[in-house]
Amino acid sequence: MKIIFLLIIVSLFIALGFLAAFFWAVKSGQYDDEYTPSVRMLFDDKPMETPEKKK
Amino acid sequence: MPIALGNQVPNDTSENKLQNTCCHCGEDIGGVQIFIDKKAFCCQGCKMVYEILNANDLANYYQIEQQAGISLKGLKRERYTWLEDEEIVSKLIDFQDDKITKVTFLLPQIHCASCIWLLENLYKLNDGILHSKVNFLKKEAYLTFDNQKVNLRKTVELLALIGYPPSINLNNLEESQKAKATDRTFQYQLGIAGFAFGNIMLLSFPEYLGLADVVFQKWFGYLNLLIALPVLLYSGRDYLQSAWYGLRQSDLNIDVPISLGILTLFGRSAFEVLTHTGAGYFDSLAGLIFFLLIGKWFQQQTYHRLSFERDYKSYFPIAAAVKRNGIEQSVTLNNLNIGDTVIIRHKELIPADGILLRGNARIDYSFVTGESDPVRKTIGDKIFAGGRQVANVIEVTLTKKVSQSYLTQLWNEDAFQKEDSPNASRLANKVGKRFTYFILFIAFATLFYWLPHDTGLAVNAFTAVLIIACPCAVALSIPFTFGNAIRLLAKQNFYLKNTQVIENLSKVDTIIFDKTGTITDASKTDIHYQGEALSDAEKVAIRSLVQQSAHPVSRQIDAYFGKYDIVEVVDFEEITGQGIRGFAKGFFIQIERHKTGTSLQINGNQKGVFTLQNSYRTGLSELISSWRDHYQLYLLSGDNDRERAHLESDFEASNLHFQQSPKDKLEFIQQLQAQGKNVLMLGDGLNDAGALRQSDVGIVIAENTNNFTPACDAVVDAKQFAQLNKFIAFAKGNVKLVYFAYLLAFIYNIIGLSFAVQGLLSPVIAAILMPLSSVTIVAFGVLGSGWLGVRGNKK
Repeated sequence: MKIIFLLIIVSLFIALGFLAAFFWAVKSGQYDDEYTPSVRMLFDDKPMETPEKKK
Repeated sequence: MPIALGNQVPNDTSENKLQNTCCHCGEDIGGVQIFIDKKAFCCQGCKMVYEILNANDLANYYQIEQQAGISLKGLKRERYTWLEDEEIVSKLIDFQDDKITKVTFLLPQIHCASCIWLLENLYKLNDGILHSKVNFLKKEAYLTFDNQKVNLRKTVELLALIGYPPSINLNNLEESQKAKATDRTFQYQLGIAGFAFGNIMLLSFPEYLGLADVVFQKWFGYLNLLIALPVLLYSGRDYLQSAWYGLRQSDLNIDVPISLGILTLFGRSAFEVLTHTGAGYFDSLAGLIFFLLIGKWFQQQTYHRLSFERDYKSYFPIAAAVKRNGIEQSVTLNNLNIGDTVIIRHKELIPADGILLRGNARIDYSFVTGESDPVRKTIGDKIFAGGRQVANVIEVTLTKKVSQSYLTQLWNEDAFQKEDSPNASRLANKVGKRFTYFILFIAFATLFYWLPHDTGLAVNAFTAVLIIACPCAVALSIPFTFGNAIRLLAKQNFYLKNTQVIENLSKVDTIIFDKTGTITDASKTDIHYQGEALSDAEKVAIRSLVQQSAHPVSRQIDAYFGKYDIVEVVDFEEITGQGIRGFAKGFFIQIERHKTGTSLQINGNQKGVFTLQNSYRTGLSELISSWRDHYQLYLLSGDNDRERAHLESDFEASNLHFQQSPKDKLEFIQQLQAQGKNVLMLGDGLNDAGALRQSDVGIVIAENTNNFTPACDAVVDAKQFAQLNKFIAFAKGNVKLVYFAYLLAFIYNIIGLSFAVQGLLSPVIAAILMPLSSVTIVAFGVLGSGWLGVRGNKK
């Protein structure tokens, strides 16, 4: 049964790591703009050869 | 200076429409024949942007979104000379060193994915731009440029050239620098609360499962206490502070019972852990604060791109051209002095009250007074700030400072001094107050009931009551129900400033309309021709003539004869304030301003008159008739009463008030409020700013939500005007939902209290009951308002 307690302690430290990662993400401004990156990632580097099909 | 653009959302791009619409902006090309690469354009401006983009390998712009461009029709090329003034520049930029400058621009024209792509590829257009990044929701672009290669003026001119003129106005000058720094405290608070909630639950597992191991229980208790400390002191800080401020002003707001619950939870848990008498309720504490913060976050999802706080400073330009010692120079508006001579060009704004010194003044005050026709002024006349010159260059000697002018003085009124706290819900506070008394009563009754029998049990039951009665469900109901309602309304293009507006909307009993621009469509006045029938050739000639003129009436006659061709015009002449004349197709045509409208003469013979009529918004009559029985309706117009007869069919004659100054409107609302009325004001312009602010709910009707709107509580897209009654009914429904949620919360509380008063509240029961009640309340609120929205749409 003692192993549960050990695991809990380990998981706590892992969680602290994630908390630190979250803080870093907030600090670097990743949560300031939650929309534009979702559009930006779809841009190609080169101009598209054929125009998109019209809706 | 904000520049009104007609078309920002590309028209639908159906197949057969494509040939007749501009390849750049998607507007109808009409009869205009501008082609390049077999692509049609509506004007030279659009063609030029296309050429620039093509030459710089940026044609991708048109492939991400069809016809993404912004119409440059009617867009005046602004002279950004004032952007070379060191003082102005230093206030606009974010950062500068020897090599680079960083600057943030508000670009109201950003509307699609192509915009993001183009603006982030600016470096291809000018190698002085080092980096650019767009925030789409805020409609902002963050630019870094090379000082050696370009300056601020050139950057702004480049943006304006491709159709994204930055909005730079007087407000930018006064904004403090620190306001620009983003506040991320809330995200940290939420992160910590979430982390603590999860981990404390994990550490409480042995306790939940009854795996009593004395040593570990002790250490886990200490760990829980350690983790809970930042939750109490950092994440829950705002609630404790708000309760403290409330108490100091002897105002029992909703945060008082919440803080009472939080503090009791923490105090009792800490006591149990430190004395090794129990495991404490740290999991409930962290969970409670986590849920409360999520509620806050849900409620705060506002629409960055709309600003509800704008005053005249956002409407006025940053600088004006002043003639000093015979030399023209640009001076920032707050440095304008009485006696300065200001040069105002076509389409420019009059910055302060003054006297006309030189030139022909025709001033459009529609935004300021509601008067729909431009006003003519002669030399020596007084000119008021806020109007827009529509004729040629004039010179004005200022008699007032900018902030002391007739229009801007309105902002010195008391209505603008009051500060309202956005998150405090009056409904929740009202409930909170009764709730606090109720809990305190039960808690002390329990305490005194048990005290003679068992001191330990008495304290135990007393704290348990305070813990379980903590009105987290009450506090969560409004953020989630109204937060969801705001989101649903925003999908219908009705944007609310905050959740408080929903409560206020439900209480409204008096509705006041402005006329010009609110119930009439300012952009669309109907023009009618009365007189002798015209031949096709004559119509062609008339259209060709009016094509030459930028006057609003000419533009309308042009649209009226839209399907006719355009031929060459000879000897065209425009006499400002009178009319136009010229030869076309062998006819001599004169179109002149006339008492009753605009007269048309062909070859010297009177043919007929064009009359203008305000076009009322579609659905207005239905809207008014649906409201008439439930609300008192008034109309306050800055315009003259020539349309009184027409309006009397919709309003009671005694409720129509014309020629109201902005201050009259404000005072009229004050009078109504003094009678105990809850007033809803529907307006659109600066002239309504005072009334919008004074009213309980001020709604602005906006043709284009990107353009300037005065400070208000809500903005509705003009296209949704006819739906307003549904929106208000929806708001009322949501308030009812919240009352139901309170009833639910009350039932939960009774159950919890029945445990608590007996001293039977174990940490497990608290850990189950509190999240359960919160989750049901949240689900009830969100699903309920969603259902109301669907039902409202079907009706």
